[in-house]
Amino acid sequence: MQKSLHLNADKCTGCLQCEMACSYEHEGIFNPVKSSIKVFAFHDEGRFVPYTCTQCDEAWCMTACPVDAITLDAATGAKVVNESTCVGCKVCTIACPFGTINYNSSTGKVTKCDLCGGDPQCVDACPTGAITYVEADATGFDRMKKWAKATDTAGAV
Amino acid sequence: MAWTNTILRINLTTGTIAKEPLNKEWAQDYLGQRGLATKYFTEEVSPTVDALSPENTMIFATGPLTGTMASTGARYSIICKSPLTGAMACSNSGGYFGAELKSAGYDMVIFEGASPSPVYLSISDDDVELIAADDLWGKTVWEADEMLHKKHQDPALKVAAIGRSAENGCLYAAVVNDLHRAAGRSGVGTVMASKNLKAVVVRGTKGVGNLFDAKRFMTSVADEKKVLAENAVTGEGLPALGTQVLMNVINEVGALPTRNMQEVKFEGASKIGGEAMLEPRESDGKPNLTTNAGCFGCTIACGRISTVDPTHFSVKDKPEYHKNSGGLEYEAAWAVGADTCVDDLDAATYVNFLCNEDGFDPISFGSTVAAAMELYEIGAIKPEETAMPLDFGSAEALVWCAEQVAQGTEFGKILGMGSKRMCEHYGHPDLSMTVKGQEFPAYDPRGIQGMGLAYATSNRGACHLRGYTVSSEVLGIPVKTDPLHTEGKADLVKAFQDATAAVDSAGLCIFTTFAWGMDNISPQVDAACEGNWSVEKLLEVGERIWNMERDYNIKAGITGEQDTLPKRLLKEAAKVGPAEGRVADLDKMLPEYYSVRGWTPDGVPTDETRSRLNLA
Repeated sequence: MQKSLHLNADKCTGCLQCEMACSYEHEGIFNPVKSSIKVFAFHDEGRFVPYTCTQCDEAWCMTACPVDAITLDAATGAKVVNESTCVGCKVCTIACPFGTINYNSSTGKVTKCDLCGGDPQCVDACPTGAITYVEADATGFDRMKKWAKATDTAGAV
Repeated sequence: MAWTNTILRINLTTGTIAKEPLNKEWAQDYLGQRGLATKYFTEEVSPTVDALSPENTMIFATGPLTGTMASTGARYSIICKSPLTGAMACSNSGGYFGAELKSAGYDMVIFEGASPSPVYLSISDDDVELIAADDLWGKTVWEADEMLHKKHQDPALKVAAIGRSAENGCLYAAVVNDLHRAAGRSGVGTVMASKNLKAVVVRGTKGVGNLFDAKRFMTSVADEKKVLAENAVTGEGLPALGTQVLMNVINEVGALPTRNMQEVKFEGASKIGGEAMLEPRESDGKPNLTTNAGCFGCTIACGRISTVDPTHFSVKDKPEYHKNSGGLEYEAAWAVGADTCVDDLDAATYVNFLCNEDGFDPISFGSTVAAAMELYEIGAIKPEETAMPLDFGSAEALVWCAEQVAQGTEFGKILGMGSKRMCEHYGHPDLSMTVKGQEFPAYDPRGIQGMGLAYATSNRGACHLRGYTVSSEVLGIPVKTDPLHTEGKADLVKAFQDATAAVDSAGLCIFTTFAWGMDNISPQVDAACEGNWSVEKLLEVGERIWNMERDYNIKAGITGEQDTLPKRLLKEAAKVGPAEGRVADLDKMLPEYYSVRGWTPDGVPTDETRSRLNLA
């Protein structure tokens, strides 16, 4: 069964442990700038919102790539950038509707979430459970459960 | 190796910018941040300089674990001589600024001299420049932050700035970074203003790496994060209620200073505590607290993000204050709340916003207002000096006072002197609740005896963050001691002071020590840093730092004679609660403390102690 990253902004505190775990896994350094997962702070609203690649089935980045540097990891469903093939043309960064594939100026290649080969480090690093790795077919189940409880009339009497 | 090994030296008088290698030998003896920067400071700055003269130096310092994945590795400190106390100032802050500075490639930034006109320092990795700040001068921290973000066209820019209070000479002005995290105490913002330095803005994209043993570090960090998560204080209490978890606890043990420390219990405590921040309010159904927040890398997340009730008198016609911002911490809520007898959560939150917006320390401010209220009560402050009666319990008066300090009005400048100078100004020095000129935080030493000794001997004046024996005396961490006993407190205070100096110097947050002992911290430092960083070594470094700070203070004229408490705490007994009938029994602890420290009966480190600690 394939899995997906599941992000819950309600639980995010803005600590950036996920960003550091990502950059450490991929570049061996603690550097939020190099992370493929990003936490955005909306100060006035008091919200911290993590965001990263959703691994589209029909991935526009993959389709747009002129040199076929982005390929499917069949085991995880991740769309993975092959660095030795990537020419840094950045067309994929234009194609992606969500902005989750980006150019890395220190390597001259693009970079995106690759699900760490099936063991996403951001999940382990997150202290609050705001980032989890769940069955891809069940990402809505926690919300469904919340609504199930809210709409369950039997218990309310 | 955890250190970037580069420091920036900025001479504001000449406008010169230089990079120099870190003194690695010193790093082995003083670790980083507080310790290492104080070493630089004491080597370079005469103890007799006027704190507000160009001869005072100001250092922004990160620690070896700042910017790493170690939980709470966010901290940086600002080190200089304090204009409030005349002693060493070292003021610690979280947020994201410190990690950004480290990621730009610097262990510390040393500011010398004073600029002839307003400037700010811009750091973007290797590109460092001083830029004219005439347009920023006279602006609040929040305005300056917005203008700098616009000017640099960079939403990721991190800003540390001073507000109008600092420019107007308020002696307890703070440096505020990331809008609401502050190097709050001892007037470090006032020193920054004296240098005509409005802000430091940083963009760091290099990251932090080159750890001594990265693999071991990652294992250790993961293990110790688990310890924080599983601890009742760091895993539950602090995330849920913030430091405000303490309000009702400290009130119950009869150690919540109230009415300018005349009393030890506050009737309205439950209205301004952490639990009250969760209660939905009538007007809009929202609670005061929107969410908790973590600083960079922090897995505790005690930070509060709050709103003021939009219908509250303080903000009713000011929609700009209806948004979320940094909410009340315990010390701030106590100072502007219990000590002034104001039990109005929204007034306290609004005042806290103003402290962040215009950069002044809510502890010193609240305590100074409490003293002003007592001066008003006895007729020393005349009604014609203020726009309204400065009565204890008046939320309107509290709010008015905060606006005066923020704007630097005539009465705002009187409050901006701090409690000590203000009470002297009105001829009642005994009403100032200060040690070495710095106002008390939120623990009454009559009810928590060890804190009396910690306050009296703190190297930066009355302070809870130099030796937090509340941990042991109230919370039982790491072992429970009786808060009303004086026996053993000398050892306890020394142990906390030394450990705290080491934790600060690593770049970690002291709140970790609710769950972590030095044996949890040592493996992380040891894996990150070159050298041997055993528990024993860290404690030795902590003790060395403490004695170095002490030495500087003595040379600055602050001697054992100032290791004391206000008469009120030494003579006027607590009226209620477990400590009823008790005063702060400092004289029972101080001589023993000097002896435990290896100091003379006058409180001077002996030659033997100096040589044992390798202090010149």
